[in-house]
Amino acid sequence: MRYLPLTSDDRAAMLAAVGASSIDDLFVDVPAEARLDGPISGLPNHASELAVERHMAALARKNVAAGDGPFFLGAGAYRHHVPSSVDHLIQRGEFLTAYTPYQPEIAQGTLQMLFEFQSQVARLLGTDVANASMYDGSTACWEAVVMARRVTRRNKALLSNGLHPHYRSVARTMAKYTGDVLVEGDPTLEAGTDWAALASAIDKETSCVVVQYPDILGRIDDMSALVSACQASGALLIAVVTEPVALGLIKSPGEMGADIVVGEGQSLGVGLQFGGPYVGLFACKAKYVRQMPGRLCGETVDANGKRGFVLTLSTREQHIRREKATSNICTNSGLCALAFSIHMTLLGEAGLRRLAAINHDRARSAAAELAKVPGVSVLNNNYFNEFTLLLPTAARPVVHQLAEKGVLGGVSLGRLFPENGGLANGLVVAVTETVTEEDIAAFAAALKEVLA
Amino acid sequence: MTALNRAGWRPEMNAGGADDNVTYTGNRALMLEEPLIFEIGSTETTGVDFDEVAPAVDLGGLARSAPIGLPGLSESETVRHYTRLSRQNYAIDLGLFPLGSCTMKHNPRLNEKVARMPGFADVHPLQPQETVQGAYAVIHELAEWLIKLTGMYGVAMSPKAGAHGELCGILCIKAALEARGEDRRVLLVPESAHGTNPATAAFAGFTVEDIPATAEGRVDLAALKARLGPDVAGVMITNPNTCGLFERDMKAISDAVHAAGGYVYCDGANFNAIVGRVRPGDLGVDAMHINLHKTFSTPHGGGGPGSGPVVLSEALAPYGPLPFVARYADGSFKLIEEESAGDEHPETFGRMTAFHGQMGMFTRALTYILSHGADGLKQVAEDAVLNANYILRNLDDVLDAPFGASGPCMHEALFSDKGLAEGFSTLDVAKGLIDEGYHPMTVYFPLVVHGAMLVEPTETESKAVLDQFIGALRSIALRAKNGDPALKTAPHFAPRARLDETLAARKPVLAWSEPEVAPGAPSLSEIGGS
Repeated sequence: MRYLPLTSDDRAAMLAAVGASSIDDLFVDVPAEARLDGPISGLPNHASELAVERHMAALARKNVAAGDGPFFLGAGAYRHHVPSSVDHLIQRGEFLTAYTPYQPEIAQGTLQMLFEFQSQVARLLGTDVANASMYDGSTACWEAVVMARRVTRRNKALLSNGLHPHYRSVARTMAKYTGDVLVEGDPTLEAGTDWAALASAIDKETSCVVVQYPDILGRIDDMSALVSACQASGALLIAVVTEPVALGLIKSPGEMGADIVVGEGQSLGVGLQFGGPYVGLFACKAKYVRQMPGRLCGETVDANGKRGFVLTLSTREQHIRREKATSNICTNSGLCALAFSIHMTLLGEAGLRRLAAINHDRARSAAAELAKVPGVSVLNNNYFNEFTLLLPTAARPVVHQLAEKGVLGGVSLGRLFPENGGLANGLVVAVTETVTEEDIAAFAAALKEVLA
Repeated sequence: MTALNRAGWRPEMNAGGADDNVTYTGNRALMLEEPLIFEIGSTETTGVDFDEVAPAVDLGGLARSAPIGLPGLSESETVRHYTRLSRQNYAIDLGLFPLGSCTMKHNPRLNEKVARMPGFADVHPLQPQETVQGAYAVIHELAEWLIKLTGMYGVAMSPKAGAHGELCGILCIKAALEARGEDRRVLLVPESAHGTNPATAAFAGFTVEDIPATAEGRVDLAALKARLGPDVAGVMITNPNTCGLFERDMKAISDAVHAAGGYVYCDGANFNAIVGRVRPGDLGVDAMHINLHKTFSTPHGGGGPGSGPVVLSEALAPYGPLPFVARYADGSFKLIEEESAGDEHPETFGRMTAFHGQMGMFTRALTYILSHGADGLKQVAEDAVLNANYILRNLDDVLDAPFGASGPCMHEALFSDKGLAEGFSTLDVAKGLIDEGYHPMTVYFPLVVHGAMLVEPTETESKAVLDQFIGALRSIALRAKNGDPALKTAPHFAPRARLDETLAARKPVLAWSEPEVAPGAPSLSEIGGS
């Protein structure tokens, strides 16, 4: 087997060296009834690289790739062009096959990268500090709610109806078991957010208000008033960003005063990957740093006075604090954070602003074209690169009909909110720099045919 | 923001060092110092070319006007920056990485190639189901393998990492208890468990109590039985355990816990020792997470991403999370989400993550599993265990092996600091190994052993590599026993000497800021900005 270097002679010599007559002697502590003598039956044996590649390629071909045709899906995962050097660099074995940097003297590559990542994320989100990443946006969102509970010692969280339904669903699952109280609901097909209503719903039990920006319908709004309302009642404002590219064009939540900003960093560097692995962003004001979950990298010096980096403030974490830790999280999303950071470094501020402007421009162009289709209108007043179309009929079957015509035309609100018939005619459409004018024309033409 | 110093070089880069041979740059031939992107980039530089676009409008007054402060580099500078950084890392690709309980095995590159096929890498999680049947097929095929390899009833694929998998299993237990109308609050966890176990139990609202261990390093069955009762929800047991031993009484433990109305969670971090050779389902386990990034070789990536599917017994499977992939008689696949749960999976505890889990890890793990097959995986476990025993028996004369008399170890060998000279510790041994060109073993874990050193070589190391490692560790152990002062200041040949972790925690610098206010980098301000 190509991954196993021991030869039969090696095995024999090593068994002799440890005083075992056969390999079974080393499994002597396994009860006889649980010990398997041969390979597990009903499973195939080893296969060549060629055979395995052939099998996997056949499965891959059964999927329609986003690049196969006009593509307009978003709703928490966005298709952006990732420069070639990103994937090359993350495949350097020294990054790819390293472990968590527990021995900092020989992990400065990962640690410095994490320090740069934290710095980039904090600046992008407009906060003081960011951690070394979480699993993804949805789990980061729940961790933020838990953190707000720790900070405020209250347990009622108000979730905006513009929060991604999967994020809401994750919070609902967890709250069932932790005793946190969630106030939540589905969005309505309005151009404005529910943030003013949220502000008036804050009371003395409220630990936090969670808003998404841009939200699930693509709406953007100013959160300054909501920040003031939170501050007046001692609650924290948590902002969720699922499309970080937007922050190259619109104000960051931190700038507007959000206390904790979490997000999904997949847009930069990571790619779609059918939903994972992604990279959760987690950032907050400096005064809350000791309540943060997850790994943090910090600057220090070595015994010779040279600058270096280490994992720090680990007394928050499970391997030290066990049941008293701020979270049970034990990994970050290291390689995805690296991809994010490299992509961000390639862009720089100038590139990010240009990328964001192109996304917005392309989205405006698409919205204008699609709104010309009879019976179709755009819900949003304001948006970044994603908006909601109102169709004259339920959007979910339309998505399938569009797919038959080779157009992946967005995510229906019927898929996102299946139990809410009032949203059925909504279609969330994302338009990034990967979309061409031809793609937009093809989408509009196909939509027109399907609705005719 | 413009860069402080686009040359990136700072005078203190050549500070210190083991000898007087300082260089102007601070570099030492192939060992290259590398500044931060904030010190070499500028906000005007970009490594990505775009078409010009019209300025944005229609943003409802939300246009971002203030500077963000994100440095950019050209593509050539970017490639060099990250390549230089990468060379300051140790990695499996460079050599033995014997971190106990972490299973740092070779990461096959076929896995990387497959994961990057456009049909897997460039697919959106919310595409219409008829356009992603191949992706569902991968999830389903991997799920079938995991079920068969563990002898369990079902598997939850969506957990994002090991600790997330633990949470999944514990929530299944919670949901099952609720369905029975029982309010059991206590989870029993051995002291030798990974920190994630008690943290997970607490995160899910359980109270944690210790299970005592026997002198030979295993769960004390009699003490466990005595503690079981109507308030105990279950146990969380790592098997093989973190002392490197198989829990001989696992079946008896499971039977006792079940008889008392509880459930058995098994931490599967050490599954590599038994994959293809022992099925946890045969030992009465109700839930066990599998770290795809350990046993099934998906790369650790410097700390993630992980992936932690959880295999479940028939008793717990009905409560598993959404979404999951179901296969129909006609060979088609369907994703069971919230909307269909009422008909297909009514007792689910709910969703744990957006979308469907770590697809990029599924493609890699399945590729690895198909490469090995049932026969190869069995050989994996056997070679991993043989390699660990070879290390244990070749070093137990110079290093204390606290459970060396408890029988063969499984895939990791545990030593303590007993017998090292006064003032010498496990840390010194670890740092000495760095100079010898190895990543150290896991240190100070498990907590039940003083100055623990947990060595897990994995099956992908040759006998020659092990022999050299044994020689190196033997030499360091003797130096530590003889009180060699040079060991106290090791490593001497790494990119950095020992780092001041106390300073890092006392005055946390967690993000780069302008040098005037950057503690820990005072000399930067002497250079001045450009």
